[in-house]
Amino acid sequence: MLLLVVAPVLVATPCFAWRYRYGGSARYTPKWSFSWPLEAAIWGIPLAIVVVLAVWLWQSTHALDPYAPLPATGPPVRIEVVGYDWKWLFIYPDLGVASMGEMALPAGRPISLELTSDTVVESLLIPTLGSQIYAMPGRITRLHLEAYGPGLFQGQNQQFNGDGYYQQHFLARALTPAGFDAWIAHARSKGMPLSAAAYRAIEQRTTLVDARKALGLPRGIRGAVYFSAVPSGLFARIVRSFHDDSTDNPAAH
Amino acid sequence: MTILHLLFGRLSVEALPFWEMLHYPSRQNVVNGAIATAAGAVVLGGAGLAVLLITRYRKWRVLWSDWLTSVDHKRIGIMYIVLAFVMLARGLIEANIMRGQMAFALDGGFLSADHFEQFFTTHGTIMIFFMAMPFLTGLINFVMPLQIGARDVAFPVMNSISLGLTAAGAALVMISLDIGKFSTGGWSGYPPYTESAFNPGVGVDYWIWAVSLSSLGSMMTGINFAVTIYKKRAPGMRFMRMPLFTWTALATSILMIFAMPALTVATGLLALDRYLGFHFFTDHFGGNFMNYVNLFWVFGHPEVYILILPAFGVYSEVFSTFSGKTLYGYTSLVLATMAIGVLSFTVWLHHFFTMGQSADINAVFGIATMLIGVPTGVKVYDWLWTMFRGRVRFTVPLVYGLAFSMLFVIGGLTGILLANPSIDYQVHNTQFLIAHFHNMLVPGTLFGLLAGYHMWFPKAFGFRLDERWGMFSALCFIFGFILAFFPLYGLGLLGYPRRTLDFFDPVYLPYMVAAFAGALVILAGLAGLVVQLLVSILHKEELAVPAGDPWDGRSLEWGLPAPPPEYNFSMLPEVSSRDAFTRAKEEGTAYRAPAQFHDIEMPKNSAMGMIVCVGGFLAAFGLVWYIWWLVVAASLAMAAAMVGWGFTRHTERIIPAHEVELAHLRWLAVVAVTQPVSRGEEASPSNAGLAVLETGE
Amino acid sequence: MSAATPLQHPGINLGPAHPETEGKSGELLFGFWVFLMSDAIIFGLLFATYAVMLHARAGGPGPARLYDIKSAFIETAALLSSSFTYGMASLALKYGRRPGPLLCWLLATMCLGGLFLRLEVQDFITMLHQGAGPGRSGYLSAFFALVPLHGLHVTSGIIWMLAIIGQIARYGVDREVKLGLLRLGLFWHFLDIVWVVIFSFIYLGGLA
Repeated sequence: MLLLVVAPVLVATPCFAWRYRYGGSARYTPKWSFSWPLEAAIWGIPLAIVVVLAVWLWQSTHALDPYAPLPATGPPVRIEVVGYDWKWLFIYPDLGVASMGEMALPAGRPISLELTSDTVVESLLIPTLGSQIYAMPGRITRLHLEAYGPGLFQGQNQQFNGDGYYQQHFLARALTPAGFDAWIAHARSKGMPLSAAAYRAIEQRTTLVDARKALGLPRGIRGAVYFSAVPSGLFARIVRSFHDDSTDNPAAH
Repeated sequence: MTILHLLFGRLSVEALPFWEMLHYPSRQNVVNGAIATAAGAVVLGGAGLAVLLITRYRKWRVLWSDWLTSVDHKRIGIMYIVLAFVMLARGLIEANIMRGQMAFALDGGFLSADHFEQFFTTHGTIMIFFMAMPFLTGLINFVMPLQIGARDVAFPVMNSISLGLTAAGAALVMISLDIGKFSTGGWSGYPPYTESAFNPGVGVDYWIWAVSLSSLGSMMTGINFAVTIYKKRAPGMRFMRMPLFTWTALATSILMIFAMPALTVATGLLALDRYLGFHFFTDHFGGNFMNYVNLFWVFGHPEVYILILPAFGVYSEVFSTFSGKTLYGYTSLVLATMAIGVLSFTVWLHHFFTMGQSADINAVFGIATMLIGVPTGVKVYDWLWTMFRGRVRFTVPLVYGLAFSMLFVIGGLTGILLANPSIDYQVHNTQFLIAHFHNMLVPGTLFGLLAGYHMWFPKAFGFRLDERWGMFSALCFIFGFILAFFPLYGLGLLGYPRRTLDFFDPVYLPYMVAAFAGALVILAGLAGLVVQLLVSILHKEELAVPAGDPWDGRSLEWGLPAPPPEYNFSMLPEVSSRDAFTRAKEEGTAYRAPAQFHDIEMPKNSAMGMIVCVGGFLAAFGLVWYIWWLVVAASLAMAAAMVGWGFTRHTERIIPAHEVELAHLRWLAVVAVTQPVSRGEEASPSNAGLAVLETGE
Repeated sequence: MSAATPLQHPGINLGPAHPETEGKSGELLFGFWVFLMSDAIIFGLLFATYAVMLHARAGGPGPARLYDIKSAFIETAALLSSSFTYGMASLALKYGRRPGPLLCWLLATMCLGGLFLRLEVQDFITMLHQGAGPGRSGYLSAFFALVPLHGLHVTSGIIWMLAIIGQIARYGVDREVKLGLLRLGLFWHFLDIVWVVIFSFIYLGGLA
């Protein structure tokens, strides 16, 4: 529909310029400068198109609102996301595990994300899965996503936050229900507890690779970090720490 | 508090660009240090060369009395444009370095993250505040008073002060190449990243003060232009008889008056946070960075319309002049211009759809954003229909205009796409966004300003620019732009973010290489402009147009000698229609002497502009480096100068009537012996600035 | 007065009795009004910032504890009176024959302005002693950006008045002095209006 307005310009511009070139044989009406029918078309058609698009925009903005839960037969998987400089922490509050650098989600089931940041504004985007949303310190934003089938997707930070910005990637693994359960089990058994000390390491301004080192884990380029036990209420305390200006370790409770 | 600390603040030898390279010589530090040092050397070398040449040719007195202290809008306009071209060179070189980094990123690239971040920050800051704003301000400064039949702007000394402030800001950005580093927060400088907690160094402070100086200058310029257009039009120059370029100048100046204060507040509050520990945008103690985002974009969106409206004005002049035809739809164009001005204040939220507002709010602003596309589209169509049944001449300005028409609407289309929050959620801050706004700014603003430069250069200097090099340059810019930016749309749709210097997925590589090639072609275009200027100066006798009307122009400025006298008009014109000069040529009243000549009162030169320039620069430099005595001293000096300015009397001088008469008759004598040329010979040496009347049908 | 003289600009016009100002006053005063509009936007945005940050107390003190309404009331009286005295100065300029009354009214304005500033600085110092400085919370940052900015404007106005008095001493009440006084008048009354808004929304509003 937009091409209706654009295409005539693309075609007519070179055509008019050539046909009415100086030295050509076309009619020359140097004073002609107005035509009511033309005005009606010039104002009217784009306006009409905008009106149509506006209706569509209103509807699609509401339908695709990141805050709106997706239709599902059962409850979505809740994930709390915390953005750091320069990594993402994914907490699964109902399942008691967390991970860094990797987010697992069950295919065919919506996930409901609550996001915040521990530092500056960041923006979570998994380009092939859907919208991005800012993650902001002291605030909670929401995002609802769903993967229709299993797969691996790249996730990234879309809002510049410093030297490690371009390395703030993560892997989004959409798994079958069985695969997802296995992933959770793996995190519970093989992961490390998210202790106060571990949290201090996470909080440092480091990329995932360096955070792994700080946590005493062996090197791995895309190595994710798994946490087997997450203190309850951690996410809420991280958000609140910006409101009561506390410097307590949110994981030390 | 040592003496050194008191004297130099936090300035130390570590601020030099090669210090890190010498002390921590890793490969990356050496490469980046070399680039930084080379840049710093160019700045110092360039300044040094300028000083050397001026001294060698003994031009200091002339520089001071004819240029730096001049309050003539024409001289000030030219100086603005010179500044813009210097900064354009730096901005384009930075773009090329960034694109070079991205083309080689798979192999590791050569830029450090910190350096790349400074590059994208300075590139944006320079192109917007120190290239586009000065360029358009300079064009409007030169042309608008001539078009409305005025002798100067309403407040000539304030005009000079505005230039001084802008130049001071530019100098601050340039000196950051030699001393210290620049901000890494992007041209928009979002906190909390730009707060002291995350960036305590000098970079953000350089940015804050450079931008503040420039925006103060622009605010004053807006007031100056608006009052000039309201109050200094010649008799008979009613609003609906003004040329479109003047109308867009009016809309631009209104936007400057209302939008720049928001930037002043945003950066001012950030400065309070950084310097005095306030908590406007900090993470803790009740700060809220979302306020900054709103304040910044309440400025930021009208700002992009400030950038585009003068270009629209240029295109109106270009399409009608080079089609030999009355501009189609004058009233529509005026209405569209003012509508764009008003609507530009209603759409700012579309810069942060993803910040978590409700769908209702997002949708309202999305619809408002689409609405603003309507008057813009109207303008494009009106220019198209101006060519209809005209006699189109493919001069450099018109070629820019044609490229603009076709490329800009594509950018507009992507703009409408981005206006939809659901789409924006996918592509916000990706290269798709970069492609979109460059698509508006390059074919829109840059091409328009370059077209204006080509069109009015002969009026300013008395000789045309070489057409062939101009065409070479234009084609480089046009095709370079396409090659450099269209791949970015693809990159964005593939999810590649902005402000990112590195990537791991080879699928991005071909796009990056193409973009780099395009950037190089654009640089060739800039080189072409430099060559064109040199060639034109060498051939200036052949290209001379002393009679003043090389293009068969339609508005008042073309009825003046080239260059015009200081006072513009020997006698203020009486206007009775649009396209006043065309009307005069048709009625045979164009090249006449007035019955009687009168004394003309013109303002004297003033050093206020230079005082504010130097004082502003020193105060800002002191603020950046915490050299408090310098801040106090420079501020007091400027304050004293302001008070002293109030005490000045006899600020006008009289140009006696016989001098005006002599100059006017001399010009008419030149016209009398000039051979008028038809438009077919417009680009030939026989064009001495007089047009044959070629009426239609 | 002559009913037929057209107004050159909004506000007090000196009229045909001051012919040397005729040509320039229209443009100059119009330009000054436009500048005031841009200044109004700055204040407006700071008001908006204050409104949004009113509850960002970070656990610190709020308006009820901090605002000394008595002091603010006296400041208001002082500033409003100073606008009255400036109005009298403007009338003395337009209709007077000697500079004496003009100077007296200007002096009175400066004294009242100075009183305003002294009381306001006193208020700020008291707040600082109570630990309620701008670095305490976002709300206080907003307060300390808005109200002292107004105070800085008042200070500039007083300095401007001093400069004009200096010019009168040097040149008498000549054209530049008259045009300066007209613009200063607009500036001074504008600051008065901004203060009325501050008093109403910040001080009175804070206690509501």
